Amino acid sequence: MSKLDPKFKYEVAAQPGGENIMRCFQCGACSTCCPVREVADKYNPRKIIRMILLGMRNKVLSSDFIWLCSICHNCVERCPQDVRFAEIMDAVRNIAMREGYIHPAYASRVEAIHNQGVLYQITDRENQRRHDLGLPPRATEYDDVTQILDLTGLLELAKKDKEE
Amino acid sequence: MKYALYLGCIIPVRGRNYELSVRKVAQRLGIEFVDIEAFSCCGLPIRYIDRQTSLLMAARNLSLAESLGLDICTPCSGCASMLTGAHRLLKEDSELRRQVNDKLAQVGHHYEGKINVKHFARILYEDIGTEQIKAAVTRNLSGLKVAIHYGCHYLKPSLIYDGFDDPEHPRTLDELAAATGATPIMYEYKNQCCGLYTFGVEAEIAYDIAHAKLEHVKAAGADAIVLACPACAITYDHSQRSIAKKFEAEYDLPVLFITQLIGLAFGFDPSELGFDLNRVKTDELLAKIL
Repeated sequence: MSKLDPKFKYEVAAQPGGENIMRCFQCGACSTCCPVREVADKYNPRKIIRMILLGMRNKVLSSDFIWLCSICHNCVERCPQDVRFAEIMDAVRNIAMREGYIHPAYASRVEAIHNQGVLYQITDRENQRRHDLGLPPRATEYDDVTQILDLTGLLELAKKDKEE
Repeated sequence: MKYALYLGCIIPVRGRNYELSVRKVAQRLGIEFVDIEAFSCCGLPIRYIDRQTSLLMAARNLSLAESLGLDICTPCSGCASMLTGAHRLLKEDSELRRQVNDKLAQVGHHYEGKINVKHFARILYEDIGTEQIKAAVTRNLSGLKVAIHYGCHYLKPSLIYDGFDDPEHPRTLDELAAATGATPIMYEYKNQCCGLYTFGVEAEIAYDIAHAKLEHVKAAGADAIVLACPACAITYDHSQRSIAKKFEAEYDLPVLFITQLIGLAFGFDPSELGFDLNRVKTDELLAKIL
């Protein structure tokens, strides 16, 4: 077992979205309404909160389960304590990224948005197809979006995966 | 009624049937759209790893509409959730707005928090109303049984949506569909997520989640799934064949956007509503009503 870090919960609570983690009383409402939990045993919101509260920092940040949330927000709606688990996961992923952990699926989204301003690139061919359907063209370049991602350093962070 | 039409990433490339039908329905109801070419990704795909950057991206898009004095209408549930949430944060927190604007100034934008954001279906429900939609129906769709799929971000987090619908017992899309004469049916797993976000991370999980809903929709005897989000359409329409193959099932369940259903009821030809672009064939469904 890796070393426990009793301050981890405070670190999570200091992140936007992580504020309410200490309110959890382990009722498990988040786990029962989670569509991912229903099909994958390794994803258990109640247990993940417990791991954070116990201080299992390295284990949580380096896990593959923090990338499995389907972002449906059922847990946010149902929690009697307003812990907002989906947002706790946002906070945890924000920390994980700064520590050099990022899932390749997320890294490739960052790269796409940095380079082309949108997830799916608008090429001249796409615009021709749009034209043929009577739809107006979309921009093919977004320099200011690239600048925003350079400004916040997101692309650099996304490239720093510890796995590599 | 005039809005900046915000399409996001998926619709212009992979949801052109949605876009075509949104434009037709809007035109019939007197809703005018202004297209802003420079609208980029809303920021949602990176919200889950970097809130600050996603907020800047949302604010950039909001500022483009604000500079033209226009509210935003988006047919994408993900974009609706990102832009509505960001707008509320920036409107209510002047210190956060100042910090965001400090950064935005470096790329030539500024947001004051003066506009509103609404999903297109919400505009149809709240601002047009089902009575006006009923009055515009020229082709009755009675006999069609539709399974409404709400997806997640159209309703949740409910905190940002002023209670316009109930995330536990949603009804707005059901009522819009019923206004066309079609019958929305009840089915198990109605409120379940499509699972798309897990696709790139662990496809098995996404397949299992999508499979469960398709099974329940099929068992309930629906003629079609009707939805209001281009991401959910990727799961149920674009991926239906591969899901069926994986589970050795046969669904042949057409997946319509709510605007394709309403557009049919308004008398438009299916080709004007992008039916040719639907992945699951809609011929049998159309034969029932044309």
